[in-house]
Amino acid sequence: MIRLYDYELSGNCYKLRLLMSFLGVEYESELVDFYPGNRHKSEAFRKINPLGQLPVIDDDGLVLRDAQAILVYLASKYDGSGKWYPRDNPDLLGQVSQWLAFADAITATASAARLHDALFYTHIDVGACRAGAHRLFRILDEHLFFAEEAGQDWICPGDHPTIADIACFPYIILSEEGGISRMDYPAIRRWCDRFKRIPGFTVMSGVFPAGPAADEDSKLAS
Amino acid sequence: MSRFTCKDPVVLDLWHAIASADEAVDGAISTTVLLEDPVAFTRSETGDPVVWTYPARTEPELPADPADHLPVLERYGYVWTSFGTPPPDLFPIPEYGEKDRRNIHAATFGVNVSAPRAIENFLDMGHFPYVHTDILGAEPHTEVREYEVEISEERDEIVATNCKFFQPMAAAASSGGTDVDYIYRVPHPYCSVLYKSSPLDESRFDVIAVFVQPVDQEHVRAHMMLTLLDETSEDTAIRLFQQTIFGQDKPILENQYPKRLPLDPRAETPIRADKSAIAYRRWLTKKGITYGVIPAAA
Ligand SMILES: N[C@@H](CCC(=O)N[C@@H](CS)C(=O)NCC(=O)O)C(=O)O
Ligand SMILES: [Fe+2]
Repeated sequence: MIRLYDYELSGNCYKLRLLMSFLGVEYESELVDFYPGNRHKSEAFRKINPLGQLPVIDDDGLVLRDAQAILVYLASKYDGSGKWYPRDNPDLLGQVSQWLAFADAITATASAARLHDALFYTHIDVGACRAGAHRLFRILDEHLFFAEEAGQDWICPGDHPTIADIACFPYIILSEEGGISRMDYPAIRRWCDRFKRIPGFTVMSGVFPAGPAADEDSKLAS
Repeated sequence: MSRFTCKDPVVLDLWHAIASADEAVDGAISTTVLLEDPVAFTRSETGDPVVWTYPARTEPELPADPADHLPVLERYGYVWTSFGTPPPDLFPIPEYGEKDRRNIHAATFGVNVSAPRAIENFLDMGHFPYVHTDILGAEPHTEVREYEVEISEERDEIVATNCKFFQPMAAAASSGGTDVDYIYRVPHPYCSVLYKSSPLDESRFDVIAVFVQPVDQEHVRAHMMLTLLDETSEDTAIRLFQQTIFGQDKPILENQYPKRLPLDPRAETPIRADKSAIAYRRWLTKKGITYGVIPAAA
């Protein structure tokens, strides 16, 4: 069975839990005491990932790190429909890859601000991270606005979400924990709501399910 | 006039948890913020924690003169200090010393909320099914049944007893849903200790304490301590279970408005689940606490 080196409050680990839930792939979580134990920096864990980061998977001996890389792997291997990672469509693949890189930039900014506020990563320049996250959110919000105008629901064109949506979702939905409001990004808020309605969606701590009452837009409006 | 930023004499005289005990190490100086003032701490060669304040934007150095050190206690796995004249000791948690228990520091989380709001949320069972769905509560078991609240005069603390709630997954060691008995204590304006029936021994309680460190009036560090009767679960599993719960509370806490707790009686909504919250607000009013609250108009 797939083993996920996992930490509940990690948005990067959540990306993989989401995809495996969407695909109905079974896995077991090996819980890592990321905080306060800092076990991802231990010598033992560095043998698994020399970068000292989560997540990592071990699929029958294949050990992979980096959430985006693992999304590519899992979707390629376990999604028979080929919709989450459209291997046979070069145009789409290029776009998916572009937004996967964008997702890593969201991690570097929005996630860093959250680590600063909640877990006392005090060496982080939180002002710069917040400003960086707002720049990225502005770009994504515009992109999603024009996608909607063209009748598209997801980050990449097509009638089905891709791993690009999964990679971008966690640190956007958790952004408030880093002091980054989504108030000014209505297209992002609508996309978050659509994302939460994908069959198989699961939550993590700090993320609430979609529902008549938990609707992102109505919550902010009330 | 006190040299501290905070001017609330009641709060200045309290003990405040500032870090888990294992963060205080001989040979290294760590820093945090208490009541808006920078605080540094270390551990002396004799093994005792030492705490002092230092000017913002400077490198803290251990003051040679012990008169420049702040009062300090090491209790329940944390370092405690005070900016005023604190009581000789902290409130008791006798269970902490029981031989067959596991005492675990679950985490310290930064939360963008006032200390009293954090405590009040901790007392409220009504949110379990909605916020901790399928763990500490589940629909349709949403009713908060009648419970008792009293202020123990002798110990000057609030005690809520006979609280019962149906919980699908009460603790890391649970194997299924049960009705769980709760007792809540608020022995300190910014600390609460809760007792819940142990999944392993019906007659005894697991203890979960939250010690809230006011960083300023609208930001806290919440220190979470567990003392459990659980011989099998690994520390990591226990720790992460508690963090999962707290991670669910965090956005709820951070979305409270206003961030400071209003003490005006007209802000109270008298539903049963709020009984302990009302007692807490009145107790804070009686103590004359002004830090982290919106005091009732005189
Ligand atoms: N590019 C990596 C970033 C992973 C990452 O930042 N992981 C965090 C946990 S969510 C971590 O382990 N941080 C510790 C560190 O970077 O030192 C990915 O997407 O997986
Ligand atoms: Fe809660």
